[in-house]
Order: sequence, then structure tokens, then C-alpha cells
Amino acid sequence: MIYLDHAATTPMRPDAVAAMEPFLRATFGNPSGVHGISRDAKNALEAAREEAATLIGASRPLEIVFTGGGTEADNLAVVGAALSSARGGVVTAAVEHAAVLESARFVGRMGRDVSFIGVDGHGRLDPVEVADAVGEDTAVVSIMAANNETGVRQPVTKIAAAARSVAPQVVVHTDAVQAFISEPITVAATGADLISLAAHKFGGPKGVGILYVRDGVELEAVIHGGGQELGRRSGTHNVAGVVGMVAAMRGAVAERQTFHDRVGAIRDGFEEDLRSGIPDLEINAPVDDRLVQHAHVRIPGMDAETLLVRLDQAGVAGAAGSACHSGAIEVSHVLTAMGMSGVAAAECVRFSFGWSSTPDEAAEAARLVVEVVGTLR
Amino acid sequence: MRALVAMSGGVDSSVAAALMLEAGYDVIGVTLKQWEGADGAMPTAGCCTVGDAEDARRVAAQLDVPYYVLDYVAEFTAAVVDPFGAEYLAGRTPNPCIECNRKVRFTALLERTEALGCDVLVTGHHARTRHDGDGWHLLSAIDRAKDQSYVLHMLTQEQLSSIELPVGEMTKESVRGRAEELGLRTAHKPDSQDLCFVGRGDYREFLRRRFPETAAPGDIVDTKGVVVGTHDGTAGFTIGQRKGIGVALGDPRYVVDIEPLTRRVVIGPKEELAVDECRVDDVSFVAGAEPTDPTVDVKVRYRARPVPANIERDGSSWIVRFATPQNGVAPGQAAVFYRGEEVLGGGTIAAAASMPIGARGG
Repeated sequence: MIYLDHAATTPMRPDAVAAMEPFLRATFGNPSGVHGISRDAKNALEAAREEAATLIGASRPLEIVFTGGGTEADNLAVVGAALSSARGGVVTAAVEHAAVLESARFVGRMGRDVSFIGVDGHGRLDPVEVADAVGEDTAVVSIMAANNETGVRQPVTKIAAAARSVAPQVVVHTDAVQAFISEPITVAATGADLISLAAHKFGGPKGVGILYVRDGVELEAVIHGGGQELGRRSGTHNVAGVVGMVAAMRGAVAERQTFHDRVGAIRDGFEEDLRSGIPDLEINAPVDDRLVQHAHVRIPGMDAETLLVRLDQAGVAGAAGSACHSGAIEVSHVLTAMGMSGVAAAECVRFSFGWSSTPDEAAEAARLVVEVVGTLR
Repeated sequence: MRALVAMSGGVDSSVAAALMLEAGYDVIGVTLKQWEGADGAMPTAGCCTVGDAEDARRVAAQLDVPYYVLDYVAEFTAAVVDPFGAEYLAGRTPNPCIECNRKVRFTALLERTEALGCDVLVTGHHARTRHDGDGWHLLSAIDRAKDQSYVLHMLTQEQLSSIELPVGEMTKESVRGRAEELGLRTAHKPDSQDLCFVGRGDYREFLRRRFPETAAPGDIVDTKGVVVGTHDGTAGFTIGQRKGIGVALGDPRYVVDIEPLTRRVVIGPKEELAVDECRVDDVSFVAGAEPTDPTVDVKVRYRARPVPANIERDGSSWIVRFATPQNGVAPGQAAVFYRGEEVLGGGTIAAAASMPIGARGG
């Protein structure tokens, strides 16, 4: 099986697996305790926090909140920032991940103002449009660093500046879950007050993530309990997960430029092969303003669901839209927001590359895609 | 050869998949997502739920075959759910399973079978197919109590040539026995009873929510037109219904007519229910050609016994003349023509009458 679904999740880095192992065995302690076993766990947790803070350019370790993944980080950011003020509303984009969209809708159900800003045909936001929607009751502006489906990047820094020029009180959140592995995501580079990360997108384990929270930003907790993470995320720490995540983060940041260049070249070669075999293939993102690991394409007349089943049979793992509870593929809200018809959206598939991808694999996958499309046409 | 097995998560389609594997086919299991709640999720109650898809997925995993959930919500809504409401509004009693088989399973999914790389479409229906010098035949199931040939009467020669119904050759008991031998988790799962898109609730409640106009109140009248009560929507009634009419008149009363325009429900004694004939529209014959012998057995409801009748073409419709008067012949249900165990064809009941339809002046 040639795995081209790294945007859904990517295999764990061996260094991350190795880093976790002691914490699944001898160093099993709960960091919230007064004995040696818990102290070892606590030390590992705080060392990981310090390193994570350094890796994203936070000024203090306690700006790092460990969460149960990217979705949880997004919930804490959007809901937590909105509910920390009496009337705080949300401004976000129509193409955000469901974790942000549904959090914003939840805030809307609490009686707050929520705006979903539209995008252009490539899925990009206009910072001016975002700023126009911001008012004195806006608590949080949430704009993703790059889209999880198409890979298109958003001008987060410009949006943050534009939003603050209208309403200095506003908290800017960016969901950098998909972008982190290949883009220089730091506090300074994004200009954000809140940044969501998910370990399993950059070679760490599933079920653990980070919300960077700029010192001084108030958040209402969304998960209540024993007060861990300064009350911002209760629940016994996933020590092994955090250690594995930060080990993966260390590796990903160190190798980011290599990843960017190597995976970008693999993706470009793959797209070139596809285009020569399928001349009417369309790429659904501005080629110079998207993540290097994403190839999001439309093959006119080719039902994505059928194509993906055939590719699975042929040994290529791709993706389309997002899967619902049952596993059926849903029409993508991202493509709909880009103005694509339902029919065209149902002809789009995403191939995404990762640290374990190779040029040979990509060439073989492209050959198989062209072959299957040829059979179906 | 590769078989596409439509797996509902029930025991019949689970065993169908296993039988195809034993017959030497490569198997792909699919569950059709046909309906969803307001949140886009599959229903959690009734048939075709997330739980059923999970059962199908686990059975496929146990059999070590690939499994997919395919999205047919748009097709199903247009072909089955919307007509379901429209039919009730028109005073008829639809059979949504037939429309699903006609337009979704054996059209949309069958047309996709080749695209999905498969040679044959397999379902867990209890019915049988046969091929001989005359072509393809559709027969009722070995297990007559579980026979589903009624809901497959619309199948054509072309469709029959690319489907297989392996469990129709087995009794339900032996299907469950096979499932148990194979250790399939669905071996003792109860048969589904509900309409998949209605869920565990009452179909009337579903209609009220999705088609509020079906809940418009009206009068219940006797056969002389005297108002004897009121109702809150004609959709709650079907011809031949006795229970739940909500009017007590001493003797048993049955729904004998539903008048959509006046929203009147007519009730009467059992004698009023009996009809001599009915008109059937959208008739198709499995053989492709009309039968030369007009003597057939006709089944007018899924759970009815076939009864002797003559059929005769009348323009684009067919007239069914029962050998003895029949009760509970409801427009919207299918009239399916049998000869012995063979399904000749059938169509949708348009109207029933206790005197010759021609003599009623249309």
C-alpha cells in the first residue's frame, strides 16, 4: 500500500516512539503527586513543555497548554476565548476545520455574534474582509494557517494585524495543525495569541496536542476537573504522549527545511506525472501558495468515491472530503465555500505526502492513478 | 471474479458475503449510507444505523474483505423519501423498499458495480434467480416465510444477469446456522422491521416532521358520507386498516377509502372493503415480454398470500381481476404477479374497485 494520506495522519517518527517507551513502562507516574515516581513524570512533562516553548518561540514555558489533540486545542481557543468575556463573539472563516467551525457555532448558540468569512476561488481570505467583520464585541478571530484539505495557506500575519487595528482587544487564534510540519510556525511568524498543534500530524502520537496561549490571554476552561495545566485543561497528563509529541516536534522542526524541499519535490513530480497522464486534471489551490505536501486535484467526470475505492484496491491510499461517523465521504464544506458545485466537489481527491514518502512511491502511485482513471473513463 | 456485496449489517448479507468468498470470488463489502440525521450522521435507531454499518464493517474485517460506506443520501432522498411523503399526501400507501430496490440498489449501485471493479452485485435478499434457455427467472425464496421476491418484482433480464442472491437458496434458520458456524457477530441479530429512514419511531411522526402537510386534520365518514369522527392526517391510514381508527361504532370498521382532496377517511364494515379488481400502473415483466397466459397469482401486499386472478392490459395500465373479492387492496402498494414460485412481474396499484373499473366511468 502506498500511503498518500499523510494529511489525515502520518506515521510516527521512530525517535518519538523510542522517547515514549520509558513512560509507558517504568516512568508511569502521575505527574501530580509527591513521590519519586510522580516526580520523574513531572520532570519529563515540564522538560517537554520548555522544549516545546522554545521550538515555537514562546516567551515562557507556561504559555504551552497540553491538550488531548488538535480538536481540543481549537475548542479551548475558540470557546475559551469567547466565553472568557461577557459578550465575546467569534470571527472565523468558512473553510476552517470542523473543530473551529463547530466551536464557533457552539459559541453562537450561547447567544454570541459569530461570523464566517467567505474565501476566493482558491480558498484564500482577504484580510480586509476579516477586519471588516471584527467589532468591539469580537473576542476571538480564528483563521487557520493552512487548509487541511487543499493545503492553501492563509495570510494569518496580515489578518492578525488588520483585526487588531480595528479592535485591539481581539485575541487571534490560528489552527496550525496541518501547517506545522512544513511551515515555519512560530509565535512571531504568525502573530497569533493562540496556536493549535496536533502531534499526530508531525510524527507524534494521536490524542495529544498543544494550545499555545500568549501570556495574559484569558481563557475559560472547556474541560473541567482537577485543575491541571493551570486550570486551562484538567485531566491526568498524557505523559508518554507529551514526551512523544515533543520528540517528534524536535525532529520535525530540525528537518523542516529538508522536508519542505524533499517532500515538495516529490509532490511536484507526482503532480507532473498525473498531469501528463490526465491532461484535464485540475489543481485546486494556487500552486505557489499552498503546503508542499498537498496535492488536491479534481479529475472532471471522475467520481471521487469510486476512484478512491479503486485506488484502495490498486494499493494507493488517498482521501476526499471528510469521513462521517459511518465512514461515508461527505461533500467538502471547503470546496463549497470556494464556489465549487457539488458535482465538481465530488470529483476532488487529496493525495498528501509525508516524511516517509519516496520519489519511487510517488511515481508508482501516479502511474496507478493514471491507470485506474483510464480504466474508469 | 469479484463480487460487490451490499452489506446492511444483518445476518443475511453477512452470510451472502461469506458464501461468495466460499464460491471463490474476491469480495468487496459496501454499506449504503442512505439517510442521515440533521447533523449529517447516520441514524442511531432503527435499520441502517451507525451500529448496523459497524456490524457490517466488523463482519467484513472478520472475512478479511475490503469494506466501504458509500454515500447514497441524495439518490435515496430523491427516489425514496420524497415520493414516500408525496404518495401519502395523494392518499396512497407507498412501499419505499420497492422504490429503493428499483432506483437505488439495482440501478444506481448496480450501474456502479463495474466502476468499482466488480463483476456481480450481491444482496442478502431472500429470493432466487435462475437462468435457462428462456433467459433469467426470478423465483420466490426457499424459505417462504422470509420470501422477499415481492420487493424485487421490477428486476429486468439485464439486472438479473448481473446480480446474485445466495441466501434465497437457504432457510433463514440455516442462514443463522451458517453465521454461527462462521462465528459471525450478526448470527443472532434480530431481523429489521422498521423503515430504515424512519428509525425506531412511528412513520407518521416522521411524516409529520418532514412533510407537515400530511398532518392536516380531516373528517372520518361512513360510506354514506356521515361524519363519525375526525383525524389528524390521512397519512395515518391505509386501506384495510382496522386498528387505531379512533372511532367506536360497535361493529368492526375498516378504512375503505382515503380521499386526498377532501382529506376524508371513509370507514365501513368488512364487506365494503372487498374489491373485485384493481388497476395497476408502471407494470414490468421479468421476462421482458407480456405473458400469453392471463392466469396468474397476485400478491397485493408484502405479507399477503398470492391469490388467483386474471390480468389484462388496458392502455398503459393492467387490470387485475381477482377470482374472489379481496380485502385491503391499497393504492400505492405493489401488485406482483406470480405463477407458482416464479415472479412474472408487477406494478403499482393505482385504484381498486368493487365493480368493473371501466363501468365506473374512469
